[in-house]
Amino acid sequence: MRAFLLGALLLGGAAAAQPMVAGDAIPGSLTGAPGDAARGRAIVLDRQRGLCLLCHAGPFPEERFQGDLAPSLAGAGARLSEGQLRLRMVDGRRLNPDTIMPAYFSTEGLRHVGRAWQDRRLLTAEEIEDVVAFLATLRD
Amino acid sequence: MGSPRPRRGRSRWLEALACAGALLLLGAGPRSGYETMTPQLRAMQDDDLSNPGMLAVAEGEALFAREGCAGCHTAEAMRGVAARYPALDRASQAPIDLSGRIAQCREKRQQRPPLPREGPAMLALTAFVAHQSRGLPLQPDPRLAEARRQGEALFRERRGQLNLSCAQCHDDNAGRRLAGSLIPEGHPNGYPLYRLEWQALGSLQRRLRNCLVGVRSEPFPPGAPDYVALEAYLVARARGLLVETPAIRP
Repeated sequence: MRAFLLGALLLGGAAAAQPMVAGDAIPGSLTGAPGDAARGRAIVLDRQRGLCLLCHAGPFPEERFQGDLAPSLAGAGARLSEGQLRLRMVDGRRLNPDTIMPAYFSTEGLRHVGRAWQDRRLLTAEEIEDVVAFLATLRD
Repeated sequence: MGSPRPRRGRSRWLEALACAGALLLLGAGPRSGYETMTPQLRAMQDDDLSNPGMLAVAEGEALFAREGCAGCHTAEAMRGVAARYPALDRASQAPIDLSGRIAQCREKRQQRPPLPREGPAMLALTAFVAHQSRGLPLQPDPRLAEARRQGEALFRERRGQLNLSCAQCHDDNAGRRLAGSLIPEGHPNGYPLYRLEWQALGSLQRRLRNCLVGVRSEPFPPGAPDYVALEAYLVARARGLLVETPAIRP
């Protein structure tokens, strides 16, 4: 209980209220502002920050060594709305509890997290919005 | 003239069935990381003169004589030992791995100062002893059922900031690519082994730590029983694979 309260306090302190989920999407921007697609692209390609290409391939011919554990990012913006992309980034477990995709904006339920990453989300709200803005441009 | 014909047809059919059965068995059984390496790397492992792990084995052989192991043990008597580890330590009734046993022998029986667990001397001694079992099938210790159960629970538990279990990669996605790297089934049959990524010989515990840190989880402390429990499960999971020490892996 104490851990829960502490967690709630930390989360509350770190960012605004929980993002509003509607169906299989989070319709509203986490920051209240649209993201920057160019910055989002850099995050997606960064193997220490976005980590996306460890599992996904995408329309990035200059990038060697793209993963094949997950669907290609090519056409992601045509298949999914920004809100749907946002929920999949924030916490895909809400759609599939067994997903191997990390929750980029939730520390809920994580266990044995390394000291360096304790109580830290994978990306900030701004970074999520940047990535969503970029993925929305991948239309074919 | 008429009678051999149908028989040949039937034997062909049986042959095909046997082939399909063998393939099915091969597909179902554990597959050593060796099978998925490039021909060049396999050749490097197979040729003792080009396998860098053999340097440690030679160093271990010298230590085995110099450090007094040979006062009680012969190298020949070490054949088959590594294939049965981890084993149950009778005194503590706890599972113990091969390096743990060597350390125990040195500290309790020889009353000599401990060797650092991941240091070159302990790795070399372990490599030398394990090498004596090269080509023998792993034989999980039947007394380690409880440790295996704990190890399997660890293997299936999601952990770290990336929230991944061992099983999600090494059971569910083995053979796929994590970025450029082929995900192996994760068998423990070649340790200590020479990993190109390390440019060095290293232990199974070091390899496990790599994955634990990779999913951004807190690794078990060095020498923790969790590692031995995981190893006990991994050995049972790899049942039938042959010891390859010193293996090479990318």
